[in-house]
Amino acid sequence: MDNYITQFLGENVISYFIVPIPILIFVALFALYAVWAERKISAWIQDRVGPNRVGKFGLLQTIIDTIKLIQKEFITPDRADKILFNTAPFIVFTAAFMGYAVIPFSSIFIGIDLNLGLFYFFAITSLGVIGLMIAGWSSNNKYSLYGAMRSVSQIVSYEIPTALSALTVVMLAGSLQMQTIIEKQAGGIHNWYIFGGPGGPVKIILIPFMVISFVILFLSTLAETNRNPFDIVEADSEIVAGVHLEYSGMKFAMFFFAEYAEMFAVSAIISTLFFGGWQSPFGDLIPFLNSPIMQFFWAIAKGLFFVFVQIWIRWTLPRLRVDQLMTICWKYMIPFAFLCLFVVGLYVVLV
Amino acid sequence: MKKEFENIELKTEEIVINMGPQHPSTHGVLRLVVTLNGEVVVNVKPYIGYLHRCFEKHAEAMTYPQVIPYVDRLDYLNAMNNELAYVLAVEKLLGLEIPERVEYIRVIMCELQRIASHLVAVGTYGNDIGAMTPFLYCFIDREMILDLFEMTCGARLLYNYIWIGGLSHDIPKEFQPKVKKFIKYFRPRIKMLNDLLSYNKIFIERTANVGVLPADVAINAGASGPTLRGSGVKWDLRKNDPYSIYHKFDFDIPVGKGEVGTIGDCWDRYMVRIREMEESLKIIEQAIDNIPEGDVQSAIPKKIKPPVGEVYFRSEVPKGELGFYIVSDGTPNPYRVKARSPSFVHVSLMNQISQGAMIADLIAILGSFDIVLGEIDR
Repeated sequence: MDNYITQFLGENVISYFIVPIPILIFVALFALYAVWAERKISAWIQDRVGPNRVGKFGLLQTIIDTIKLIQKEFITPDRADKILFNTAPFIVFTAAFMGYAVIPFSSIFIGIDLNLGLFYFFAITSLGVIGLMIAGWSSNNKYSLYGAMRSVSQIVSYEIPTALSALTVVMLAGSLQMQTIIEKQAGGIHNWYIFGGPGGPVKIILIPFMVISFVILFLSTLAETNRNPFDIVEADSEIVAGVHLEYSGMKFAMFFFAEYAEMFAVSAIISTLFFGGWQSPFGDLIPFLNSPIMQFFWAIAKGLFFVFVQIWIRWTLPRLRVDQLMTICWKYMIPFAFLCLFVVGLYVVLV
Repeated sequence: MKKEFENIELKTEEIVINMGPQHPSTHGVLRLVVTLNGEVVVNVKPYIGYLHRCFEKHAEAMTYPQVIPYVDRLDYLNAMNNELAYVLAVEKLLGLEIPERVEYIRVIMCELQRIASHLVAVGTYGNDIGAMTPFLYCFIDREMILDLFEMTCGARLLYNYIWIGGLSHDIPKEFQPKVKKFIKYFRPRIKMLNDLLSYNKIFIERTANVGVLPADVAINAGASGPTLRGSGVKWDLRKNDPYSIYHKFDFDIPVGKGEVGTIGDCWDRYMVRIREMEESLKIIEQAIDNIPEGDVQSAIPKKIKPPVGEVYFRSEVPKGELGFYIVSDGTPNPYRVKARSPSFVHVSLMNQISQGAMIADLIAILGSFDIVLGEIDR
C-alpha cells in the first residue's frame, strides 16, 4: 500500500482523486510561506527588516500579495500566440506539481510508490522546460526568447549530472523506488547514503565519493530550479525577467509557485537519496522519533533545510555567465559524476 | 515531408535588442541598441539624451551662485565634487583668496562624497553581476556619510553647500568625532566587501578578462578617473595637477595591475574604486584633525561679477575628470558654461570594447564604467 488513504479507501478512482489533495494543500502553503521565508531570510542576510506590516512578522504578506495578484488583469500581448501564451504557466506548474507524486513524506504517505519513482521524478520535472520554452516563444518578446533559449540549454545540460549523481545511490540501493531507497537507510545517521549507506567498515572509502555526488546533485538541482548562481534564465540585470517578462497577475504567480514547488521537490529528493528521507537520524534508539507521524516532521524538516540553503546561496553569490554555466556542467560536474559512478559501481560489484 | 524542406536553406539572423531606456542595469535612462549574434554582442550603439535638462543654456540665464544647485544635478551621486569643480573655476576667474578652514572642510566633504559615490558604483556593480547583498551593505555605509552631510547642511543628496568664496554652513561641533567614528567603522567594512564580493570566485570569473580597455585606447578616447587608472595609467588630477589643498596630503593613486586577469579589465576598474575609498579615508584622516579656526563665509564676495575673460578648470571627481569652461562677459551672468563630463567619454567606449562579449558581459562592462546619465545628458 502506498499510503494510508489508499489503504482506507482501497485502490479505486476516488482515492486517486483524494490522495493529491493533501499534497496540493502542502504545496500551496509551502509556496506561500517559501516566498515569505525568502523575503525574511534575504532581509536577515542584508541587514533589513523584511515584510512586517501584514500580520505578525508579516506572515500574511504573501497571502495578501496573492489576493492582489488574483485581482489583477491578465494582459496578453498583442502579437503573442494567445493559446500557447496562456497555457504555458499551467504546463510549468503542472510539471512541478506532478513531481510530488513520488515524494515520500512518511512510511505511510507517498502519492504513489512507483517502482520507477526516481526516473519518473526526473522525467516529469524536466517537462517544465517545455512550458518555459513555450512561454518564452509565445510572448513575442526578445528578452523572453533569450530566457527560453537559456533555460532550454541550461536544463537539458544539467539533467545529465543530476541523473548521474543520483545513480550512485540507485546502484547502492539497487532500486529506483523511493520507499525502498529510504528503507535501506534505516538504523540511524550512519546508514544514510551520504555516509555510504548501510554496510561494513569498507564503506568508508565510499564517503568522499558520496559527498561529491551529493554536491553535484545539489548544484545541478539549483540549476534546474533556476536559482542563483545559475539563474541566468531570469537574470533580472541582463534579460530583465526572461520568460516571465510579459506575464501578469496570477499567470505570473504560477511561475513563482512552480519555482518554489520545485525547490521543495528537489530538496526532498536530495534528502531522500542522501539523507535518509523520513528516517530519524537517531534510528531506533528513540522509537517515538521514528513513528509514522514524526516521519512527516523529518521529511519536511530535511526538505526545508535544503530550501534554506538554496535561499542562502541565492542571496550571497553573484550569477554565472552562460558559457561558464556550461563549462561547469560539462567540464567539471559530468566527469566527476562519472568518477563517482565508477567508484560506486566497483564497490557494488566487489564488496 | 522531407521534400518540402529540401530546398530551404537554414539561415541565421542577427537580433537587435533595445536595451533601455527602461532597463534595470543601464544605470538610469541610457538606451543601448545591441546587435546580437545569439548571446554574442556584435555591435552596441548607445543613445543618450533622455535626461537632457539644458543645463548649459540654463546657466546663461543665472547669476554665478545660482548655477551651483544646477551643478549638483549633473552627477547627482556626487554633488559635492561637482560644486567644488564649478566653484573653483569661478574663483579662478575672480582671483579669490580662500580661507584655509574652508579649503579643509571642502576637501573632507569631497572625499566623503567620493567614498559615497564609489560605494554606489561598487554596490550597483555587484547587483549587475547578480549579487544583491553587497549592494545593500554599501548603501548602509553610504547612509552614514549622508547623515554627516545632513548634519552639516541639511541636505542628503543635492547640497548647495560649497559656495563661491566659502561654504553655506560651518561644520557642527559633533562633526569631527563622528567622521573619526565613521573612519574607524568603515575600514573593516571595506575588508568585508572584499571578502564578500571582490575576491569571490564567481565575481572574478565574471569580471576578469572582460571588457579589457588597453591603456592607449583609454588615453586616445580621453578616458579618465578609475576607468583610465584601471588600465594601468597613473593619472590623478589631485596629484598631477593639484587644486585646492590636495598637495598637502599624502595618498597613493591605485592603478589596475591585472591581478586576476588582464590589465584594464572590469575587475581592475572595480578594484581601483575599492582602493580609492581607502585612499580617501587616508586624506580625511589627515585633514580632520587639522582644520584651522576661522570663518567660512568671510571671503564670500558681496557682488559676484567676474572680469571679462574665460577660464577652464578641471578636477578629479569619482567618475573621472570633470571640467568647467566658463566665459564671462563682465555681467553677473556667465556668458557660457560648458561642462566636460567623464561619463560621456566612457559611454562612447562601449562599442569598441564590448565586441565579441556576451550579453552578461555587456552589463558588466557598462557597470564597470560607473556612468551616471545626469552627467552625460546634462
